[in-house]
Amino acid sequence: MAKAELMDYDKALELFEPVLGFEVHVELNTKTKMFCGCANEFGSGANTNTCPTCLGLPGGLPQVNRQAIESSIRLGLALGCEIAETSRFARKNYFYPDTAKNFQTSQYDEPIAFNGQLTIELESGRQVTVDIERAHMEDDAGKLTHMGGAAGRIQGADYSLVDYNRGGVPLVEIVTQMIEGGEADSPEIGKTYVAAIREIVKALGVSNARMEEGNVRCDANVSLRPRGSNILGTRTETKNVNSLRSVERAVRYEIQRQAALLTAGGTITQETRHWHEDTGVTSAGRPKSDADDYRYFPEPDLVPVAPSRAWVEELRATLPEPPAARRKRLQADWGFVNLEFQDVVNSDLLDVLEATIAAGAPAQSARKWWTGEIARLANAAGVTAESLVTPAQVAALIELITDGTLTDRLARQVLEGVIAGEGTPSEVVASRGLAVVSDDGPLIAAIDEALAGQPDVLAKIRDGKVQAAGAVIGAVMKAMRGQADAARVRELVLERAGSAPVESAPSESVE
Amino acid sequence: MTSLINQTAAALAGLLADGSVSSVDVTRAHLDHIDAVEPDVHAFLHVARDAALATAARVDARRAAGEKLGPLAGVPIAIKDVLATHDMPTTSGSKILQGWIPPYDATVVRRIRDADLIPLGKTNMDEFAMGSSTEHSAYGPTHNPWDLDRIPGGSGGGSAAAVAAFEAPLALGSDTGGSIRQPAAVTGSVGVKPTYGGVSRYGAIALASSLDQVGPVTRTVLDAALLHDVIGGHDPLDSTSLTDAWPSMAAAAQAGLADGALKGVRIGVIKELNGAGFQAGVKQRFEETLALLSAAGAIVSEVSAPNFEYAVSAYYLILPAEASSNLARFDSVRFGIRVNPEDGPLTSERVMAATRDAGFGDEVKRRIILGTYALSAGYYDAYYGSAQKVRTLIQRDFAAAFDKVDLLVSPTAPTTAFKFGEKTEDPMAMYLNDITTIPANLAGIPGMSLPMGLAPEDGLPVGLQVMAPARADARLYTFGAAVEQLLEAHWGHTLLSQAPALANIEMFATEGGAV
Ligand SMILES: [Zn+2]
Repeated sequence: MAKAELMDYDKALELFEPVLGFEVHVELNTKTKMFCGCANEFGSGANTNTCPTCLGLPGGLPQVNRQAIESSIRLGLALGCEIAETSRFARKNYFYPDTAKNFQTSQYDEPIAFNGQLTIELESGRQVTVDIERAHMEDDAGKLTHMGGAAGRIQGADYSLVDYNRGGVPLVEIVTQMIEGGEADSPEIGKTYVAAIREIVKALGVSNARMEEGNVRCDANVSLRPRGSNILGTRTETKNVNSLRSVERAVRYEIQRQAALLTAGGTITQETRHWHEDTGVTSAGRPKSDADDYRYFPEPDLVPVAPSRAWVEELRATLPEPPAARRKRLQADWGFVNLEFQDVVNSDLLDVLEATIAAGAPAQSARKWWTGEIARLANAAGVTAESLVTPAQVAALIELITDGTLTDRLARQVLEGVIAGEGTPSEVVASRGLAVVSDDGPLIAAIDEALAGQPDVLAKIRDGKVQAAGAVIGAVMKAMRGQADAARVRELVLERAGSAPVESAPSESVE
Repeated sequence: MTSLINQTAAALAGLLADGSVSSVDVTRAHLDHIDAVEPDVHAFLHVARDAALATAARVDARRAAGEKLGPLAGVPIAIKDVLATHDMPTTSGSKILQGWIPPYDATVVRRIRDADLIPLGKTNMDEFAMGSSTEHSAYGPTHNPWDLDRIPGGSGGGSAAAVAAFEAPLALGSDTGGSIRQPAAVTGSVGVKPTYGGVSRYGAIALASSLDQVGPVTRTVLDAALLHDVIGGHDPLDSTSLTDAWPSMAAAAQAGLADGALKGVRIGVIKELNGAGFQAGVKQRFEETLALLSAAGAIVSEVSAPNFEYAVSAYYLILPAEASSNLARFDSVRFGIRVNPEDGPLTSERVMAATRDAGFGDEVKRRIILGTYALSAGYYDAYYGSAQKVRTLIQRDFAAAFDKVDLLVSPTAPTTAFKFGEKTEDPMAMYLNDITTIPANLAGIPGMSLPMGLAPEDGLPVGLQVMAPARADARLYTFGAAVEQLLEAHWGHTLLSQAPALANIEMFATEGGAV
């Protein structure tokens, strides 16, 4: 990929105002597909979840999935949209082998939801309100795999395989109005907006919301308006930007690329562009124009969708607390500073943390364990933190630390046992014999032995050089194989060396 | 065995029920007759001889075992090739689907199997149901049993000819702009286009989704009603299927046989479907029928449907528009034939283009181009949008007419069967042949065609079209059965008993046509 000329970002913003727009596709997690009874399932054998309807066989006819309508309405409501009294499906006609009918069943001039708003908060605390033009329903295409040739690209491929399992999976496409005034924050606005959508669909439970599996896909439109001009620039549409970080990078890249091109006297081609995660650049795709003609017309095989107002209100009542409001509330409840809270949010640990705290753990301890040791183990294993342990197990572990049964170090061993499937934290403590030795007897014996072996240290302590006790504490902890509370050992060392008689030493030496 | 093939389905059902004949006998009689006349008629694209006999034997065995079977159990039926059948090729008369066997049955096919009818095979049709003559079938035309040099109507010429030539007592058709009614008219048989949504379209290869409707093709009104009862009713797989609870059409037809059934029935003659362009003999038989109706106590008046003059234009925008999209799936990727371009790279786009070029006939291409144009940005409002407005106006014309009368009548087609090649060079002339039948499709109302005599100038069948308000299909059957009885009493025989013998078979030699 020939690398395009890029203009310095600050310089680009001096000369141009970025104008953004986003189309986010959300794959719904309904049991069945949008227009047939086939399973909506990721990872099945190729073309196993298919039928005459989603294979586009002659004679196949669509039936609307009520669950998909319900999810779409709830999503529309969560985005502050109005829900259409009557909305219609339309056919978007174009030929492509991943589209079985060679038209997509979508919505055109009568979407189910429209006129919404979503306020997002940037890291700086700046609030940006994004106007939602519409959220409409449509069916997904199948998946093409290009065989032979280079790296699965269509160019140079010998042939292509089509898997229609994804064909007909329900999608909601959320389209924003033009976003102006983003200025230097534009890339972050992109990232934060998509993150907010993802959070909302997750909170609603209408999508699995995994960007890496394509459950949430973003097309980013970027154009530049020269400062002092009120004429909109030509936009490009960067397709399928499939991680939050990529959204940010792709927007920034397009601003820099377009600025360089425009300043050099070039023109922007209205086109779709592809985002390359590896090289961090976009490349030209298909030229696109407003004259692109999909020959939309109302889908004659379906009747209009006319959700009753009562149903809409029923669904409105099922909406969860908006994720942004929930975050504000939780941060305040938990007393986390911004950095701590962001860490939790960015690690996608809000839900497990809430559950852990609800199970009785102090907020800070819960945060420390989930973002610390558990995240580290998950990272090493390449899995999510929540797949390793349950919030209840973590709460129980923290409880054992709080009541003095475990030290942090012992708790880490217990955690390993829990992850290894050895049982609850208490069961692991019992089976591995990991509890802190809370009986002073064995500790005193070990301390006395250590003191006896290090008479110079004993002397130093007695001289008031308390820091010398460290050597004895270390020896005792080692002798106890870590199963001792270091603070208690320190107390006892000072006691044995100073105020209390050391049994193994001559009693007369005690003052 | 000849006597078995000229029985009505209702009569055969009676013989089967009382054990006078077996389904195997009935089925074999029809298969033998098919063998005898098919070289002349070519109504079938596929005959499932072995499967039909096996199915018949199973039905006989179940009947012998005392199982209670449906009213048409064991009666043979022909299926228009537009309907998906999991055990027979389904081509819709197109080369692009040559040899394709669907993995599923259309809902109506499943219903006739569930009712234990015996599928004999698949009948010929204009490619993708585009045409009024079967001359657009990729597999050669069907010949009208009344005159083998003439068309049997279309698109369902195969089903109508099969019934008229006594190859099957019953057939399934589909009607988008007259494809059941016009072939019925020109072959002297009975055809019904039910209310839109009355019969499932699932598994019917779509021509124009908002106009298509599956329906019965038979030799009598009662037979059509019996078949309608089997195939009709709600189907969750067709979102446009009505959820109504339908009355028994057979009972409605029986009611029409009662004395005085025509008394006081208000009949509207559509002024706009009874004027210039209608063959003299067609008009004559129509006027005679109206006179008989009046004499039987019906109240005949003239009604006007001023917007019908735009119907053909609107139809030939809506149909190609929907068809252009419905036919997009024929791309060689998942089913049907695949044709590679002769030279150049094998991209999917080029293979699709080569396949469609080789697989579609001229009429199909003509309509795809027309429809693609009509839906294009900048033209949509002027063409597709305006056509939909005309559709609304036509619905209002019908509503206004049905405020005054119970039923509307017209000749089913402006002419009797024309000769092969007469209209193939002039698509407009072919399109105008549908002027009488198209309005019912645009409005979604039910329509029936039944024989009303032979045109004096050519001795060919003329059809009477009857239309009722949406959902009033039963009214059609009551009236249709009454008119049929009235006309046959007037003639002293059935119309089809006057058809010339095919393949030197003296079908009526022993019974004098008094079937
Ligand atoms: Zn399916």
